[in-house]
Amino acid sequence: MNTADNVVEMRSISKSFNGVPVLKDVSFDVRKGEVHALAGGNGAGKSTLMKILQGVYQADAGEILIGGKPTAINSIQDAKAAGIGMVFQEFSLVPSLTVAQNIFLAAEPLGTGGLIDDRASVRRAKEVFSEMEVDVDPRAGVARLGTAYWQLTEIAKALAQNAQVLIMDEPTASLARHESEALFELIDRLKQRGISIIYISHRMDEVYRLADRITILRDGRHLLTAPLTDVTPEQIVEGIVGKKIEGQLSYRARDHVAQDGAPLLEVRGLTAGQRVRDVSFALRPGEILGLAGLMGSGRTELARALFGIDKVDSGEILLRGKKVSMGSPQQAINAGVALIPEDRRAQGLVLEHSVQDNLLLPLLGQIQRGPLLDGAKGKELSSSLIKRFAVKVAHPHRPVRLLSGGNQQKVVIAKWLGTDPDILILDEPTAGVDIGTKSEILDMIRELASAGKGVIVISSEYPELLAVSDRVLVVKDGSIIRDIPRSEIADEEYLQLAVQGV
Amino acid sequence: MSNANITAPRDTVAPRNFGTILKELDWRRYVIYIGFVVVFLFFAVLLRDQGFLSPNNLLNIFRQTATITVIAVGMTYVIACAEIDLSVGSVAGLSSVCTAMALSQWGLVPGILAGLAVGLVVGSINGALVSLLGIPSFLVTLGMLGIAVGVAQWITASAPQPILNDTFNTLFGSGNFGPVPGLVVWSAIFVAIGAVVLNRTRFGRQVLATGGNRNAAEFTGINTKRIKFQVLLISGMVASVAGMLYAGRLQSGRFQWGSGDELSAIAAVILGGTSLFGGFGSIIGTLFGALLIGLINNGLILAGLDSSQQQVVRGAIIILAVALARKK
Repeated sequence: MNTADNVVEMRSISKSFNGVPVLKDVSFDVRKGEVHALAGGNGAGKSTLMKILQGVYQADAGEILIGGKPTAINSIQDAKAAGIGMVFQEFSLVPSLTVAQNIFLAAEPLGTGGLIDDRASVRRAKEVFSEMEVDVDPRAGVARLGTAYWQLTEIAKALAQNAQVLIMDEPTASLARHESEALFELIDRLKQRGISIIYISHRMDEVYRLADRITILRDGRHLLTAPLTDVTPEQIVEGIVGKKIEGQLSYRARDHVAQDGAPLLEVRGLTAGQRVRDVSFALRPGEILGLAGLMGSGRTELARALFGIDKVDSGEILLRGKKVSMGSPQQAINAGVALIPEDRRAQGLVLEHSVQDNLLLPLLGQIQRGPLLDGAKGKELSSSLIKRFAVKVAHPHRPVRLLSGGNQQKVVIAKWLGTDPDILILDEPTAGVDIGTKSEILDMIRELASAGKGVIVISSEYPELLAVSDRVLVVKDGSIIRDIPRSEIADEEYLQLAVQGV
Repeated sequence: MSNANITAPRDTVAPRNFGTILKELDWRRYVIYIGFVVVFLFFAVLLRDQGFLSPNNLLNIFRQTATITVIAVGMTYVIACAEIDLSVGSVAGLSSVCTAMALSQWGLVPGILAGLAVGLVVGSINGALVSLLGIPSFLVTLGMLGIAVGVAQWITASAPQPILNDTFNTLFGSGNFGPVPGLVVWSAIFVAIGAVVLNRTRFGRQVLATGGNRNAAEFTGINTKRIKFQVLLISGMVASVAGMLYAGRLQSGRFQWGSGDELSAIAAVILGGTSLFGGFGSIIGTLFGALLIGLINNGLILAGLDSSQQQVVRGAIIILAVALARKK
C-alpha cells in the first residue's frame, strides 16, 4: 500500500497506564476520503488510541505520520494543527454562546483594533454550513437547539479549523432515526470532499452503511484491518467478543408468560405533563414489554412517571390489582419498581464514587445494623453483586468513572437488581455498550422475566427490542398507538413503519 | 537546619520511593496529615525555646481551635453535599447573645434551649429556602450572615451580655472534665459523632451521593431536597453550639463572637480533603485542617509576628496546602 495515500498513519503504538498495558504495538492508518470504522469491545483500547491521535495522551512507543511525514502530537493544539478534528461524544460546546461563537471559539476572526469581528464569524460559519449543505442559523444560541444541531455545530467547528480527519465517537447515540440518516448523508458528502472519517460505533448496520474499511482492536492489540466487503458481520462480532455469539440477538419465544394471569402492573388513563397522555396498558408476570417510539415520543417520560420522578396528573397505577401512588422514587422502590435510567453517567451513577458505594446506594437498608452501616456486610453484598453480574472491575474501591461503558451499565443494573424489584424498567439499557456486554444484558433481561418479573424495555434499536420483547407498545406523541404481540411482527421494517404511524 | 526539616519529609513521600503505590492511594488525600506533621515539626524545632512543645501550649492550641473545629464538622456535611453555609459565624454570635440573655432571665436550661433554638430557626430557614425554593445556598446564607449578626447587635444594643452562671461557664468551655479541658471534650464529641454519621450511616452516605451526583441520587430514591435541608439544619445547630462554647469560654454573649469563623471553617474543611464540589467529605481531615490553622496561629504568635504578618503567612500556607491537595 502506498503510504502517500494515508492522511494519518499510526505505527506500532504502545501505551501503558500505571504499568498496565492498554495498547500493544497497534498500527492504524486512514486514507484520504475514507470512512474507517474502528471497532472493539469496551476497554479494547479504541478511546486510548484516539486520544493519542488527538494529543490528549502521548504514546510510550511508536510514531504518528501525518500526510506521510512523522509528526509529534503532544497536545490538542498540535493535533488541530495537523488537521485532526474530534466530534465529541459528550458535546464540547458552550451552551450560552451562539453557534458561530462556538465554531470560532479561541480562533475568532479579528477586525480593526484587534477586536472580535462577530459579523465575519457569522459569515464564515454560514460558508461552512453551506459547504456541508445543512441549514443552521449561526446566530442561534446553542442552548436552544436540539442535539442534532449541536453535532452539526461540532462538525462545523472542526471543518472551520481545516480538519482533514474527523473522529466520530458513537455519533448517532443521541440522535433520532431521521437525524442519523441526515448525518450519514453528510458523511457521504464530506467523503466526496476528501475528508477522512474515523468512525467508532457499536452499531453494525451503521458500520456497513458508511465504512470502507474496518479495524478491530481486542485487549489492546490490533486484530485485523480489512475492507468491509471482505468481512461478515458475524466475523466482526466474533473478532470483537473473542467468541461466537449465537442467537443472543434473535428472539426466543418463552412460554413463561401467563396470558390470562392477573397483571403485575396495570396503568389506566395515565397522564403526566405534556408527554404522557392517557396511557393504559398491563404488564403480566414473566412478560417483557418493549416500548418503541421516536425520540421525544414520550417513552422516557412514561418511565419517569411510573417511577415517581415526574408528577402524575391523572390516571391510576395498579400493582397486583391494588391502587398505588407513585409520588416519589422512594415510593416506587418500596412498591418493587426499579428504573435503569437512560443516561447512566448523569442519572445512574455517582461517577467519582467507588464501584462499591454506587452498588450499595439503593441497598443501604440491607446492610444496616442498628443505626450504623455494617462495612463487612456491605463488602460482601457488593462483591456478590459484582460476581453475579460479571462486572469487570480491578478494585471495588476505585471510582466507577474508570470502568468502561459496558461495565458501568452493568453496575447500574446490578445496583437495581440488588433491591430485588418485581418490575424492572430499562431505558436504553445497551446504549454505548459493546456487543459482548450487550448480549449479556439481553440474556439478563430474559432471565429476569423467566423468574417471573415484569420487565419494560425502552430502546431505539429495533433489533434489540425485537430480540427480547414478548409484546411491543408503540408510543407516539405521548400515547400508545399500537399494541402488537411479538409473533405478529415479521421484521424490523414492520416495526419501523408502525413507529412512524404508517 | 529548619530548612532540612521541612524538605526531608516531603522527599520521603515523593512518588519516586513508593511510586505506583502512592499513585494508587491518591496521596493528595493525605496532604493535610503530611502538612500537619511538617508544620508541627517546623515549629517544634524553630520555637523550641519559646515553649511551643510545652503541654500547656499544646492544650491551648486545642482549646483555641475548638469552636472552629465544631463549626467545621457541620460545614463538612454542607460542603460534601455541594452546598455552602456562610452564616455559621453570625449564628454562633447570635446564639451566644440569646443564650446569655435567656440565662440571666430564666436560668440554665432555658439559656441552653435559647441558644439551640437560634440554630434550629436559622438552619431551618436556610434549608427551606435552598431546598424548597431552590435558591443557591451561597446567596441564602450570605443574606443570613448579615441578618443574624444584625439581630444579635440590635437586641443587645451592641453591648456584651455577661454570663454569671458558673454551671454554664464550666460546662461550655471554661471548665475541665477531669484533667481534660472541656473544649477539647466538646470537639472530640462532635468529631466522633460527625465522623461516624458521615462514614457509617445511611444518612451520611446519602449526603455524599447527593453531593456527588444529585440526579443519580434522586433516581436512586434519595429525597435530595430533604438531605439538603438536613445538612443546612445540622450546620446551623452545630454553629449555635459553637456560639455557646464562645459564651462559656468568654463568660459573656457578644455579637462579634464567631465573626469570620465561616471562612476559617471552610478553609479547615477544604484543607481536610473535602471536595468543594461535593461528593467527598472527611471529618478527621477537617479536624486536622482546623488544628493546622490553630497550629499556624499559635506558632506565628510565639514567633513574635504581629497580627498583620500572621494573616499574610496564614493565607499563604492555606493556598499552598490546597494547591498541593488539588486533583490533577
